Amino acid sequence: MDREILLADEAIALGAVHAGLSSGYSYPGTPASEIMEYLIKLAERDKGFRAAWCVNEKVAYEEALGTSFAGKRALVSFKHVGLNVAADPFINSALTGANGGLVVVSADDPGMHSSQDEQDSRYYAQFALIPCLEPSDHQEAYDMAREAFDLSEKIGLPVMIRIVTRLAHSRGPVQPRPARGQNELRHGAWTDWTLLPGNARRRFNLLTDLQPGLVRNAERSPWNRLELNPQDRSLGVIAAGIAFNYLQENLAGASFQPSWLKLCVYPLPEALIRKLVEHVETILVLEDGYPLIERSIKGIFGIPGKKVVGKLSGRLPATGELTPENVRKALGLAPLPARTPADLKLSGRPPQLCQGCPHADTLNALKKALESYPKPNVFSDIGCYTLGALPPYSAIQTCVCMGASVSMAKGGAEAGIHPAVAVIGDSTFGHSGMTGLLDAALADTPMTVFILDNAIVAMTGGQPSCATGAGLLKIVEGLGAPKDHIRVITPLPKNLETNARIIKEELDHPGLSVIIAVRDCIQETRKKK
Amino acid sequence: MKQDIILAGVGGQGILSIAFVIDSAALKEGLQIKQAEVHGMSQRGGAVQSHLRLSREPIWSDLIPKGKADLVLSVEPLESLRYLDYLAPGGMLITSATPFVNIPDYPELDKILAEVRRGGNAVIVDSDKLAKEAGSSKAQNMVMLGAASNRLMLKTENLEEVIRKLFEPRGEAMVAMNLKAFALGREAGRAAA
Repeated sequence: MDREILLADEAIALGAVHAGLSSGYSYPGTPASEIMEYLIKLAERDKGFRAAWCVNEKVAYEEALGTSFAGKRALVSFKHVGLNVAADPFINSALTGANGGLVVVSADDPGMHSSQDEQDSRYYAQFALIPCLEPSDHQEAYDMAREAFDLSEKIGLPVMIRIVTRLAHSRGPVQPRPARGQNELRHGAWTDWTLLPGNARRRFNLLTDLQPGLVRNAERSPWNRLELNPQDRSLGVIAAGIAFNYLQENLAGASFQPSWLKLCVYPLPEALIRKLVEHVETILVLEDGYPLIERSIKGIFGIPGKKVVGKLSGRLPATGELTPENVRKALGLAPLPARTPADLKLSGRPPQLCQGCPHADTLNALKKALESYPKPNVFSDIGCYTLGALPPYSAIQTCVCMGASVSMAKGGAEAGIHPAVAVIGDSTFGHSGMTGLLDAALADTPMTVFILDNAIVAMTGGQPSCATGAGLLKIVEGLGAPKDHIRVITPLPKNLETNARIIKEELDHPGLSVIIAVRDCIQETRKKK
Repeated sequence: MKQDIILAGVGGQGILSIAFVIDSAALKEGLQIKQAEVHGMSQRGGAVQSHLRLSREPIWSDLIPKGKADLVLSVEPLESLRYLDYLAPGGMLITSATPFVNIPDYPELDKILAEVRRGGNAVIVDSDKLAKEAGSSKAQNMVMLGAASNRLMLKTENLEEVIRKLFEPRGEAMVAMNLKAFALGREAGRAAA
């Protein structure tokens, strides 16, 4: 098989397929989207397995869990905050266990390139008491995806692969190996999968009993590699995932060579860490995300006679992603000579809504309609329209998590905000807005919900939307929004006055209104041409 | 032997197509490759960059360390200045002269170009003019790839072959136009050096 250049996201997808995958499920989210996009591409070539976008991450996880129950191999992938949505089945799946191999890929976004937080999925793996694999390069991404299925079936638990943006969206060479076939259908045992207290207690005991074995597995893994330098006992470095690359990049040509532990398999390989700590005076921990390793080895009391440095100690920035530069500094190396930056103020170029974007027209009409109210508030959501918070629109005031616009508008309205407006996209509404709208419909809360129906998941690159067009309208009606106050507008510059008037009518309605703004994403319109 | 290249531009200008052509040609030549790119929110009309590393030896970091880049290749003049601190002393700056103005406080072009020239070792190419000469302003990315091709550790015929493959699905006219854009850029890059 030929060497290929792949995104690490794609390498994971390919590894999973070659491991004998039966089904892949996901919801779009940067930096994880390319896993499913590649799976879908591969599934079109080879019809032997299923790859599908789902309504949200919880649904995706549960579909994968159903596949695992059936004895077949499933991959579920999403961005880190998607795991919050899927947290309920995720945590409980450690108790049911995996029948067919179950691998969950959570793509973290340290530095928040395209996210609202930089939470660290390794904590979730620790919380659920399952193993976590963290690749440092593309070949490992491929190999670990294969290995994760073997491990999952061997220990009977789901296995997490944690990846970070910089690797997810980096291309590099992968040498694939021959694929193996899928599992046969084989139902799970009801005594394992029905988490009644009697079963759940037994399963939880089993899970805790498995833990020492998982630590031993991490200690024996070739991906956790310890190199002690007998000539130098001053510094030891623990480098997790891609941090190992930054370490090696900086050590090439350095005047000293510290001992190091490359750490890519969790739970923490205690024996390897102990060996490193015994060998050196100072332990530097390099890890993207939160200081999980550093905190674990330092504890509250520290290690007598040793110094542990990293994000907690201030040797590295507590927030943001690791870079070759901040790792270099943490190693005590002088910056490389470089060309001086430009002696000119370089105006920033933040992302913005595309020319001709329908969201711009909706936001402009909304702003116009809100002009006459002293203290309105627009609660918004996750999608391109979040850019409406920035000038020239400055039209929205909140963005928290998928679906929060609708429920927050209800809470805000009930606290006295008027007008209380929610702005949410069609796919985000399908993902997590429907339940909030049901609540608002039951209470007929005085609030106005905008659903921006551009018929696509635009921000992540144009995946299919789950709640759009006629189907969306039926959902809104079915959830109980009052028929007379469901309005459909076409956001276009020429409709500004008409739309603002319709919006104003609904803002003044003393109950729930839903305004659906229907126009295709401009990017998709262009693609169709 | 290695080459570390920062590709710069504005979302939608075709930076990733340049990266794809270089990656694929490098794969053909048996080189090691890592290429970090920007997806998602940061793409929409905002500043984008890609770190592209080619080497005969194994490559560690996905990101080019500041001070190690051999070349900044930019499809937009203001964007070319954003990554100067990645350049090694004596590193080269190759940029388009055509501004992409989608922000209210875009600096004066003369000042930008003076800044580009200040460090020496700079090539400025009128990519818009050459792309239009090739057939469409949209081919500016291939003009800039052509301008840089004189300096890349890759065979020109391999780059051209990938360009052909990249545009083949969109018809022979697209292939011809992009190859012409590449050739015009290559000529301009050679003349400017």
